Amino acid sequence: MRVVVDFDMCQSNAVCQGVAPEVFEVRDDGYLYILQENPSEELRSKVEDAARSCPVQAITIED
Amino acid sequence: MPDLGSVVVVGASLAGMRAAEALRREGFDGQLTLVGAETHWPPFDRPPLSKQVLVGKWEADKAVLRTDLDPATDDRLELRLGRRAIDLDAAERRITLDDDTTLDYDGLIIATGATPRTLPGVQQVTGIHVLRTIDDCSSLRRDLDGPAYVTVIGAGFIGCEVAAAARALGHPVALVEALPLPLVRVLGEDIGKMTSELHREHGVELHLGSGVEGIDGVQRVEGVRLTNGEVVKADVVVVGIGVTANTDWLAASGLVIDNGVLCDQSLLAAGAEGVAAAGDVARWPNPVYDGALMRIEHWTNAAEHGEHAARSLLAWARGEEPPAFESIPYFWSEQYGVRFQMVGTWAEGDEQHVVEGDPLGPERKGVIAFVRGDRVIGALCVNRPNRTLPWRKHIEARATYPVPEPE
Repeated sequence: MRVVVDFDMCQSNAVCQGVAPEVFEVRDDGYLYILQENPSEELRSKVEDAARSCPVQAITIED
Repeated sequence: MPDLGSVVVVGASLAGMRAAEALRREGFDGQLTLVGAETHWPPFDRPPLSKQVLVGKWEADKAVLRTDLDPATDDRLELRLGRRAIDLDAAERRITLDDDTTLDYDGLIIATGATPRTLPGVQQVTGIHVLRTIDDCSSLRRDLDGPAYVTVIGAGFIGCEVAAAARALGHPVALVEALPLPLVRVLGEDIGKMTSELHREHGVELHLGSGVEGIDGVQRVEGVRLTNGEVVKADVVVVGIGVTANTDWLAASGLVIDNGVLCDQSLLAAGAEGVAAAGDVARWPNPVYDGALMRIEHWTNAAEHGEHAARSLLAWARGEEPPAFESIPYFWSEQYGVRFQMVGTWAEGDEQHVVEGDPLGPERKGVIAFVRGDRVIGALCVNRPNRTLPWRKHIEARATYPVPEPE
């Protein structure tokens, strides 16, 4: 699984970080960082949940 | 145990769509019917309509909701788009649509959203807009194509965003608000003052503390008459004075309607079996705020509500205790590059404390905490996106103010 963020759409709402802090982090500079681009399968449901929760639909998961 | 053979979801925007998706994801494989007043599929996403789409940064087709619902591959999924529900008989479990067809259900999720309030008596005058749907947005976009004096009535979030968008397009903009400051009802005086300065700096003419007396113009709008006697020139008017929950069709349903569909804490509707509500139309006691009744019009709430209503309905059908919906409201807005992110809630009488930076000063960067009694109930982060989560956690933990310093 590969996590892809459309950074043109991302507004640093940090909702994804609330759901999957292992994978997403909005830092002090105001930008979102992907901590693991290829997270392990056990994180799949969390990452899917984060993608659904993103209020600007910036997150996609590629298999 | 009730048998859940068929579920109807009325309302095919974010909350309804997420409800339908969650039903399938959680294993419901019966007949699923999604009724929507708007004709577009997938449905349009609303926040970009007052932001990127309105300023022309995005084509409209970029602002659609992503969904894995597909009637082409799911033969027990039916979309009834361009149709409104006009009546519900919750005892008979029967919905009537505006083409006089009926739908029977075992389970129902109500997600009919809300409708913008309009000015009375101006239906014949062109150039007056509300902004809710993609069609509203396209029609407003067309009116903003050429030079135009734009007057926005109502300085809530929609009004403020539209004013900012119209300025970005180069139009002269007036913002009219009956209350003394923008956003004052939702965020109070200090933030209202900051917001009014922000709009003034960007050339918006503010008319605060004056209501609208009427509209000048016979066929096409020419001006907005204020209660203080002033007339504000206008070729285009955008009305952003709030919304009303779409519950008219439920008047004879047997459900309890009181500023929305009244629900229990699991989002199951009061007054009938097998009915849940979600999104802008649902009013429920939020356990985070000691069961205070809330009806929330934000994106994240609609998405979470939809999913949760589906889970509660399925739990009810299995004879299990439906889970409570605990939610900390979340909202974001951007005006002139200043980003507002609000977690939790604030109401008149609650305290506000600047806890980080200088959110109200010229830098416009920092955090304001909202406090009720001694409890942290919300926060507004201005240009500080990475502070929303820690404050969300304080609210979740029912933290008292002041919160302990971070290490």
